[in-house]
Amino acid sequence: MEVYLDNSATTKPSQAAVQAINRALTEIYGNPSSLHRQGLLAEKLLKKSRSQITNALGVAEDEFVFTSGGTEANNLAILGSIKQLPKHSNYLITTEIEHPSTLNIFKELEREGYPVTYLRVTQKGIVDLNHLQQCLLKKPALISIMMVNNEIGTVQPIAEISKMIASLPYKPIFHSDAVQAFGKLKIDLSKTNVDLLSISAHKFHGPKGIGGLYIRKGTKLGPLFYGGSQEFKLRPGTENLPAIAGMAAAAEEFSSNNLTQKIKYIEHLRTRLLIGITKKIENVKIISPAVPEAVPNILNVAFLGIPGEVLLHGLEEDGIYISTRSACSSNKKEQSHVLTALGLRTQEIESAVRFSLSIYNTETEIDYTIDRLHHHVTNLRQIVSGRGYY
Amino acid sequence: MNIIIIRYGEIILKGFNRKFFEEKLINNIKQVLKDHQYRFRRADSLIYLEIDNADLEAVARKLSKIFGVVSINIAAVTNNELESICQTALIKLEEQLLTENHSFKVVSKRGNKKFPLSSLEISREVGAFLLTKHPNLRVDVHNPEITIFVEVREEQTYVYSKKIPGPGGLPYGTSGRGLLLLSGGIDSPVAGWLMAKRGLELEALHFHSYPFTSERAKEKVFDLAQILTQYCNQIKLHTVNLLKIQTEIKKNCPEEMFTIISRRFMMQIAQQIALKNNCEAIITGENLAQVASQTIQGLTVTNSVVDLIVLRPLIGLDKQEIITIAEKINTYKTSILPYEDCCTVFLPKHPVTKPRLEKVIKAESSLDIPALVEEALANLETIEFKQ
Repeated sequence: MEVYLDNSATTKPSQAAVQAINRALTEIYGNPSSLHRQGLLAEKLLKKSRSQITNALGVAEDEFVFTSGGTEANNLAILGSIKQLPKHSNYLITTEIEHPSTLNIFKELEREGYPVTYLRVTQKGIVDLNHLQQCLLKKPALISIMMVNNEIGTVQPIAEISKMIASLPYKPIFHSDAVQAFGKLKIDLSKTNVDLLSISAHKFHGPKGIGGLYIRKGTKLGPLFYGGSQEFKLRPGTENLPAIAGMAAAAEEFSSNNLTQKIKYIEHLRTRLLIGITKKIENVKIISPAVPEAVPNILNVAFLGIPGEVLLHGLEEDGIYISTRSACSSNKKEQSHVLTALGLRTQEIESAVRFSLSIYNTETEIDYTIDRLHHHVTNLRQIVSGRGYY
Repeated sequence: MNIIIIRYGEIILKGFNRKFFEEKLINNIKQVLKDHQYRFRRADSLIYLEIDNADLEAVARKLSKIFGVVSINIAAVTNNELESICQTALIKLEEQLLTENHSFKVVSKRGNKKFPLSSLEISREVGAFLLTKHPNLRVDVHNPEITIFVEVREEQTYVYSKKIPGPGGLPYGTSGRGLLLLSGGIDSPVAGWLMAKRGLELEALHFHSYPFTSERAKEKVFDLAQILTQYCNQIKLHTVNLLKIQTEIKKNCPEEMFTIISRRFMMQIAQQIALKNNCEAIITGENLAQVASQTIQGLTVTNSVVDLIVLRPLIGLDKQEIITIAEKINTYKTSILPYEDCCTVFLPKHPVTKPRLEKVIKAESSLDIPALVEEALANLETIEFKQ
C-alpha cells in the first residue's frame, strides 16, 4: 500500500487541476499579450482564472498577482513593500517560527541594517501577543506573521492581531504567509487587517511553480523584477497560463465555500491517527496543538528515542511517506528552528516527525499507518537502545 | 584538417613489458573511440589519430582522462611548404591570442631530413612570419605564454599549440584488480582514482545501514561510481547492509569500540567479496589520524583481520591535498552532499583512539562473527556502471 502523508510538502494535483493544465497546454497555448485570437483566448482564460482565485479568497479581481509560488510571493510582499517605505520608517516585526522563505528575507534585511524583532511563541507555537503589544509601541513599518505554521500546524490568531493593529494611531503594512492555510481553514480577509497574503498552488492540489499574492487595494508595492506590463507591472514575464489555470481549478475546489465537508473529513482522519498513536505506542509527545489551534491536516509527533529520519525510512519501506526536520547525520548540527522556539528538549526535537493529511487519504490508510508505526517504533527502539534486533 | 596527437609517458621506460603496456593503452583508447571512424598510427611514443566527422575537442576531453596519457594536442595538418606552415601557425597562434601583449616561441622538429631547413631555421622563419602579422608580440624562448609546435614529417607537417594535459600514470588494467571501499565521502573516490591511475582495475563495495541511512546516501555512491567510470570505463559496485552487525555490536560491545569493530567487519566482508571477484587488494581512503579509527593503532587493528594487501594511497596526504584531487576528478561536489553513510545512533561519543588488538578481540568475542559476515554477504546487491 502507498500512503502519502506528506501533504504539507506538496500535494497530488486534483483531476480538475490536471484537466485545466492539460487544456491550457494543448488548446489555449497563446500568449495573453498577443493581439490575435489565440492571444485573446489566452487572456480570457487568464482573467477567468484570476477571478476563480479572487472569488475563493473573497477579494476583488485586481487585488491578486500571480507569482512562481509561495517563496516569490513572500519576497514580493516584504521586499516589494520595503522599497516603498519612507527612509526613517524601517522597523520590522516577524516571528521566530516563520518558513525559511520569510525568515531568511528578514535575516538578509537585518544584515542590511534594518532593525527586526522575531516574536516569541508559546509552547503551542502561538505568537506571544504581549510581546507583540510591546513591539507595536515602537512603530513598526511592516509586520509579517504566518497564518499557519508548516511544521506543527499552529494557527495564528490573525483576527486578534488585526484588532491590535487596527487600534494603532498609524498603519503598518501587515503581511501573512497563508501557504499552509489556504484550503485547510476558512480565510475571511474582511475580518482581518491583512494587506498582503501569500498562497501557493501545490499545497492545495494545484501544480508546482505557481502561487500568488493578495494585495489589498491601496497597499504600496514595487516589483522585484523589471520587464513587460503583465500582472499590473508587479510581476513581469509571460504568464505561466497552464499552471495558472490549474491553480484556479484547485482554488475553486478548495475555496472557503466548498471547504466544510473536506475539513471535517481530514479532521476525522487526524483524530483517528492521533488516538491510534497514543493508544498503541508509549513514550510519544504530541507536539501539534489540538484543532482549532492547529489546522486539521498537520500532526507533529515525537516518538521519543528514535531519530526522526530513521522512522521516516522505516515507514518508507512500507510505502508510507512522512516528513521530518531531524536528519540522522553525524555532522549536521542544525535543528528545527520551530521546535526549538517551542522550548522542546533536544531529545523531543530529534525524534519529531510530521504527518500531513489530505482529502485523498482514507481510514484504511490511517489504520495501516498506525499498525506500521507500532511495528517500527517497537523495533527501532530495540536497536537504538542497544537491546538488539527485531 | 586536424588530427589528435596523444603523448604517453612512463610506459616507455617499461623495457621488455613495454608492448603489454602499450597494447593495453591502445585498447583503452580504442574503447573511447568505439563510435568513431578513425585511422591510427603510432611512432616515437606518440599516437596519431585521424578521426572522421568528430568534435575533436570533445574527443580530446574524453581521451584526456585515460590513464597513461600524458598530454593531447589537436594539431592542424598542412603540406610541407614553408608558406603553408607559416599560415597554419598563424591560425594556431590566433586561436590563443587574447591581447597583443603575449610572449611566444616556436618549437620545431624535423622528422623529414629532406626538408631544406633545419629545425632551428624553421622556428626562426615561422617566428619571424608571426611577428610580421603581430608586431607587438614578444619572443621569449625560456618562459613563453604561448608555444607553437611545428613538426615536419615525410608527407605532411603538423602544427599545434594548446596542450591538454592527461592524467599520466599507467594504462588502466595493467596492475591487477582491487576492491575499493566506497563510502560516499571525499576520500574514498580519490583513493580509487589514484590506484586506478597506477593501472589497478577497480571494483567497489559500499556499506549502508538502511533504514538508519537513507536511499539518498546510496544514490550518492551510485553517482560517485558513475563519475569514476569516466576513468575506468566500467565499475561493478556491491552494496552490503551492515545494520544487523551494527545492532549486534551495539548490543554486545563497549560503546567506545563501535566504530573500530564495525570496521573490522567491513574488512572481513571486503576480503571475502574481493576473493570471490578475483581482486588481489583492498583499497581504502584511510588517511593517517584523520579520525579516531585511522590512527596508527586503529589501522593496525582493522588491518590485522585480513590477509589481502590493503592499499591506502591517501595515507600521507593532507585534507586539502585530497580535496584538490577530488575537485580535479569531479567527485568533490557529489561527495559533499549532506547524506551520511552512518547514523549517529551507531557512532560512539568518545571513540577509542589507541585501540589494542587483544582488547578489541576480547570485546568482539561474544559475537558470532562468521555467521554475521555470512548473513551480510547473503544480502549483497551488485550493480554495474558503464561509461
